[in-house]
Amino acid sequence: MAVAAQTEPIKPQQQPPVESPKKRMVKEMFSRFFQNKLAVIGGAFTLMLIFMAIFAPLISPYDPTEQNYAKFLQSPGEENVLGTDELGRDILSRIIYGARVSMQAGIISVGIALLVGIPVGLFSGYYRGVLDEYFVMRFTDALLAFPPLVLALSLAAVLGAGLQNAMIAIGIIFTPNFIRLMRAEVLSQREREYVTAAKAAGISDVKIMFRHIFPNCLPPILVQATLSIAAAIIAEASLSYLGLGTQPPTPSWGAMLSMGQGYLGDAPWISLFPGLFIFLTVLSINLFGDGLRDALDPKLK
Amino acid sequence: MVKFLIRRLGLMVVILFLVSIIVFSLVHLTPGDPARMILGQEATEEALHALREKMGLNDPLYVQYLSWVSNVLQGDFGNSLKDNTPVLSVLLQKLPVTLQLTVMSFLIALLIAIPAGIISATRKGTFWDYFGTTFALSGVSIPPFFLGILLIFIFAITLGWLPPSGYVEPWVDFKKSMTLMILPALAVGVRLSAEITRMLRSSMLEVLQADYIRTAYAKGVLERGVVIGHALKNALIPVVTVSGLQLATFLGGAVITETIFAVPGLGRLVIDAILTRDFPVVQGAVLFMAIAVVVVNFLIDILYSILDPRIKLTGGQ
Repeated sequence: MAVAAQTEPIKPQQQPPVESPKKRMVKEMFSRFFQNKLAVIGGAFTLMLIFMAIFAPLISPYDPTEQNYAKFLQSPGEENVLGTDELGRDILSRIIYGARVSMQAGIISVGIALLVGIPVGLFSGYYRGVLDEYFVMRFTDALLAFPPLVLALSLAAVLGAGLQNAMIAIGIIFTPNFIRLMRAEVLSQREREYVTAAKAAGISDVKIMFRHIFPNCLPPILVQATLSIAAAIIAEASLSYLGLGTQPPTPSWGAMLSMGQGYLGDAPWISLFPGLFIFLTVLSINLFGDGLRDALDPKLK
Repeated sequence: MVKFLIRRLGLMVVILFLVSIIVFSLVHLTPGDPARMILGQEATEEALHALREKMGLNDPLYVQYLSWVSNVLQGDFGNSLKDNTPVLSVLLQKLPVTLQLTVMSFLIALLIAIPAGIISATRKGTFWDYFGTTFALSGVSIPPFFLGILLIFIFAITLGWLPPSGYVEPWVDFKKSMTLMILPALAVGVRLSAEITRMLRSSMLEVLQADYIRTAYAKGVLERGVVIGHALKNALIPVVTVSGLQLATFLGGAVITETIFAVPGLGRLVIDAILTRDFPVVQGAVLFMAIAVVVVNFLIDILYSILDPRIKLTGGQ
C-alpha cells in the first residue's frame, strides 16, 4: 500500500474543484428562487418601486405638491397620465413621491422591530428561566392580544400624528412577533452540538449568541422581516388614511385614498390609483417573501 | 384536565394583568401631561389643574393604577370626556353592531374559504390551485380600506345595487339592515377568507398525507368521503385556533371598515375617540377588545383540549 502510494502520488490540482457546502447551498437556494416565476416578478416589481422612490425627483413629470386650479379633477389623459386631484395636482407624480413614504415606513418600522426583537428573543431563548417564562413571553402574549391596528392608532394618537411617530408605533406592534420567532429559533439551536462545543471552548455567552446562534436563525427572520414590511406598508397607509400618519402636503398613498373618497363618483382615479399601487406593492413584496421562504427552506412549501 | 384548566386560567390572569398595565401606560407613561393631552394645548391652567385633581393625576402612579383597576373590575370604565356618559354603557351600546359585522363576515369568509381551501389542496398544482392561492395572496395583500372603497365604487356607485354606507338595526328593518351590512361584511370577510384559505390549504395538504387517509382510500371510501369525512375534520383544527388569533386582526380591520361604511360599531367608536382625544373611551374600548381576544383564545384552548386530548399532555402551549 505504502509503495503504491509513493509511486502514484495524488496530485491535488487534478482533482475537480470541490465546492464548499456553504457555496453549494447558496447556489441551490438561488436556483430554487429563480424557478419561482411569481417570486421573481414580485422581487423585480419591488426593486422597481425602490428605484422609483429613490429617483422620484428625476422621474416624476410634475411637482407633487404644485396646485393648479385651472385643471382640477382632470381624468387620466395625455397631459396627466393618471389624472389630477381636487387641487389640480398630478396623481402620477404624487404616487411616485408617495412610494418614498411607503418604502421608508415599511423598512424603518420593521427595522425598529428587528432592533428590539432580535436581542430580546436571543437572550430570552438562550437563558430561559423565570424572566423568559413569566415576563417576556407573557408580555408578548399581552401585546398580541391587542388588535394591531388599534394599538398602533392609540400609540400614534398619544405620540402625536406624523410619519415618524407612525413608524415608531408600527415598529412597536411588530416587535412581539420577532421576539417570539427569534426565541423559538434559539430554543431549537441551543441544544445543538456546535453550541455545546463553543461553550466547552470557553467562548462567552454573548459571543455564542450573536456569532454562532444568530446566523443560524437568520433564514426565518429574513422571511418574516420581508412579509412584515408588506404588513407595515398597509399599516402606515391605514394610519395616513385615518389622518394619523403622514401629514399633508407630503404625498402618501393612504392619505390620497382618503382625500379622493369624496370624489369617488366624479373622479374615481384620485383614490383608485393610489389604492392599486398599495395593493401591487404589498402583493409583490408578499410574493417575493413567499418565494424567499420556499427557497430558504424547501420543506416548508 | 383540572390541572390544565388551572394552569391555563393562571396564565390568562397574568396576561390580563399585563394587558391592563399596557392600557394604563398608554395614557399615563407617555411623555407629556395627560391632562394637557386630553384638553389640548390651548387649555387654561385652572382647567388643567381641575382635571388633574378629578383624574387623580397628582397621586403616585401605583395608586392611580390600583384605583383604575379596581374601578374597572367593578365595571366602571370611567366617563366619556365628550358627554360624560359612562364608557361601559357606550361600549355595550356599540357592541351588537360590531357583533353583527363579525358574524356576517365570518360566514362570508367560511363560505369562500372552505371550498377554496379544499379545492386548492386536493387539486394541487392545477389551474384551480393557482387560482385559489392567487386569490388568497391577493386577499391578504389588499389594504382593507382600499377593498372597502373598491366595493363602494363597484356595487354602490357604478352598478347602483347596494347603498354605499349607513346602518339600521336588524330588529328595526331586517332587510335594510342586511343590505347595508353586506358591503362592510364583504370587505372584512374577503380578507379573512384569504387568511383561512391559506391555512386550510396547507393544513389539508399535511393531513392528506397521513396514514389514515391512505387507509380510508384503501378501504374503498370515495374521494369525497375521504376529503370531507376524514381530512377536513382534522384539517380544520389548526384553522380554528388561528381563526381565534385572527380575532385581533379582525377587530383592527373592523375599525377601518366601520369608518369607511359609517357603521356605528366599536371600531368607529375607537377612531372617533382617538381623533377627538376622548382618552377614557380609547382606554375602555382598547381594554375591552384586548380582553375579548384573551378570553376567546382561552376558550378556544379549552375547547381544543376537549377535542384533541393530546394537547393537554403538552400543557396547551
